[in-house]
Amino acid sequence: MSTTSVKQVRPWAPSVTDRAMTGLSVVLAILTAVIIVAVTPMKGKLAYFFLFFIAWFVIDSIFVVRKMGAKGIRDGLAAKVTLLGAVIVSMAVFSILWATISRGIKGLNLAFVTQNMRNASMFDPIGKGGILHAILGTLMLIAIAIIISVPMGILTALYLTEIKGKASGLIQFLVQAMSGVPSVVAGLFIYAAIILNTPLRSSAFLGGLALTILMVPTVTRTAQEVLNLVPRDLREAGLAMGATQWKTVALVVVPAARSGLITATILGVARIAGETAPLLFTVGVFDSYNFNPFKGDQGTIPTVVWRGLLGGTPESVQRAWSAIFVLLVVVLIMFVLARTLGSKAMKKK
Amino acid sequence: MSVATPAKVTPPARVITTKPRVSDQIFRGIVTTFSFSALVILSLIALFLFLKGFNTLKEQGFGFITHFEWSVTQDAAGKDVTHFGLQAMLVGTVVISFVALFIAVPLSVLTALFLTFYAPERIKKILVTIVDLMAAFPSILYGLWGFFVLMPMAEYWAKLIHKWLGWIYIFDVPQSVYTRSPFIAGIVLSVMIIPIITSVSREVFSQTPLDRVQAAYALGATKWGMIRAVVLPFGAGGVVGGSMLGLGRAFGETVAVFSVLNIVFRTNFQILFTQGGNVASMIIQKWGEAGPAEISALMAAGLVLFILTLIVNFLANAVVNRTVKSGR
Repeated sequence: MSTTSVKQVRPWAPSVTDRAMTGLSVVLAILTAVIIVAVTPMKGKLAYFFLFFIAWFVIDSIFVVRKMGAKGIRDGLAAKVTLLGAVIVSMAVFSILWATISRGIKGLNLAFVTQNMRNASMFDPIGKGGILHAILGTLMLIAIAIIISVPMGILTALYLTEIKGKASGLIQFLVQAMSGVPSVVAGLFIYAAIILNTPLRSSAFLGGLALTILMVPTVTRTAQEVLNLVPRDLREAGLAMGATQWKTVALVVVPAARSGLITATILGVARIAGETAPLLFTVGVFDSYNFNPFKGDQGTIPTVVWRGLLGGTPESVQRAWSAIFVLLVVVLIMFVLARTLGSKAMKKK
Repeated sequence: MSVATPAKVTPPARVITTKPRVSDQIFRGIVTTFSFSALVILSLIALFLFLKGFNTLKEQGFGFITHFEWSVTQDAAGKDVTHFGLQAMLVGTVVISFVALFIAVPLSVLTALFLTFYAPERIKKILVTIVDLMAAFPSILYGLWGFFVLMPMAEYWAKLIHKWLGWIYIFDVPQSVYTRSPFIAGIVLSVMIIPIITSVSREVFSQTPLDRVQAAYALGATKWGMIRAVVLPFGAGGVVGGSMLGLGRAFGETVAVFSVLNIVFRTNFQILFTQGGNVASMIIQKWGEAGPAEISALMAAGLVLFILTLIVNFLANAVVNRTVKSGR
């Protein structure tokens, strides 16, 4: 008795020859780029970069033209140009990350994260004074913004996903429009509405209000997406058991979407943590601890960076880089948290 | 033997009603009330900026938008004479934003195409993370980076452009100073708006109806042929909408632009030269030493900016929503 075995074939996958050709063309292109740079007066990383892409395109076209003609050349060109675009975008990101890390790390020391600037100025040598007051101030602002905007955002999202009232379309549109409000306008608004009209003066609370305007749309949109992912069956099961809509939402829908809602909060915080412009109108600047959120100016990391940048001396600029490094680390941690929680929320479905 | 028949008990008829319980009514009431917070906040912003900027708008009239002078001087009697005009700043804002779009749109569309159709799964994941990360960077970080890292490089690029294309008016410069120009501010802004445009374009591209894609392949199209014949016509609306969302962000950007731009009240179209303007960063610049009259003018400027970004955003969202829906 003979058995026939079926050999697995994958006609769409690149064959060994194809791969060898791709590898060969890349190697040849690198060689060409290096040779051209060595021979001609062109220099610099950019020259290598663009020459490599041009050489790669030419060499690859020669390989392809026999098999597919002009159509193949156009196809190859499109593939390489899209790759080029993606590479340029990632280069910008890595440049920013690298600049922050390499420049920021120089000014970091224990004093920088454990002291305040009460007895030091931006222009003192590094090692004297730190930004603990600013870290605490930023945390306070974030806490205030969370307390106000998370309920607001999640309730708006619940209206859009659970109640689906008549105004859904309008609200959806307004939330999208609100996410485009420039940060400087948010600061101006709080100044115009509160500081010019009431005895309240700049404080962490007002800063939190300004940041709320920027945070609510982010929280709403993410929360809405997450709540939409909760299966309809769960809601119907809850209602079929005789629960009221309120009970279904509170005991079934929201717990099911819990990690997603946390992601929404974190994304909102990441959006506002580095906002500078509104703080200049509503929070002011301060060099020491201020634990009263309702009274008095407050130091924050973005304003420290801002003053360091405007200060212009090597010391103040160094402080600015180190402060932004601290802020970036905070933002990155939140980003990773949001990602892991978010992907968990997706997987459960 | 007889079985006692149990007395038949008829339960009282249930009242069937569609009226929600009290708890539900409260729940719906609260949620509905809160859902209008966006409307309330947006109208309050417009209201208060209008109230506080009213004096300036009344005094300057239409000139607030068409004049380009910004000064507070005292006449012989010691009375303040004010000239507030936004024209230079509005033109500057548009110029910078268009430089940014000019750079960001091609790069974003290419990246989105690469992500949707070319990238292997692993690279795609990494690249999506990178683009999302870009959106989370604080704007002041872009300002620092733009000033200290990008500016030296961009100055060199600006000189190259001037050398080869200087005969075109916009690439000409009156003096050879290339730092702090609208060109550099535009590059910084372009990096800031790339994530928005990329993610919107990617979303729209990935909604391309699969049957059309497969039909193109079945007719023997190469990948690029398929993209050109199916994806680009389908996604064009989304790309336009995404670009407008980016434009809205670029209009309102403050600290990043302030860090790299030399703000001068003169209408300037020569993008490589070291003077330009931007409404948002002008507000920050003038804020420090502003008296009551000037604060009112800045509020009015804020109102103009607010309305401008709102209009751009409305249009953008309308375009994007329509495109995304048409694929379903």
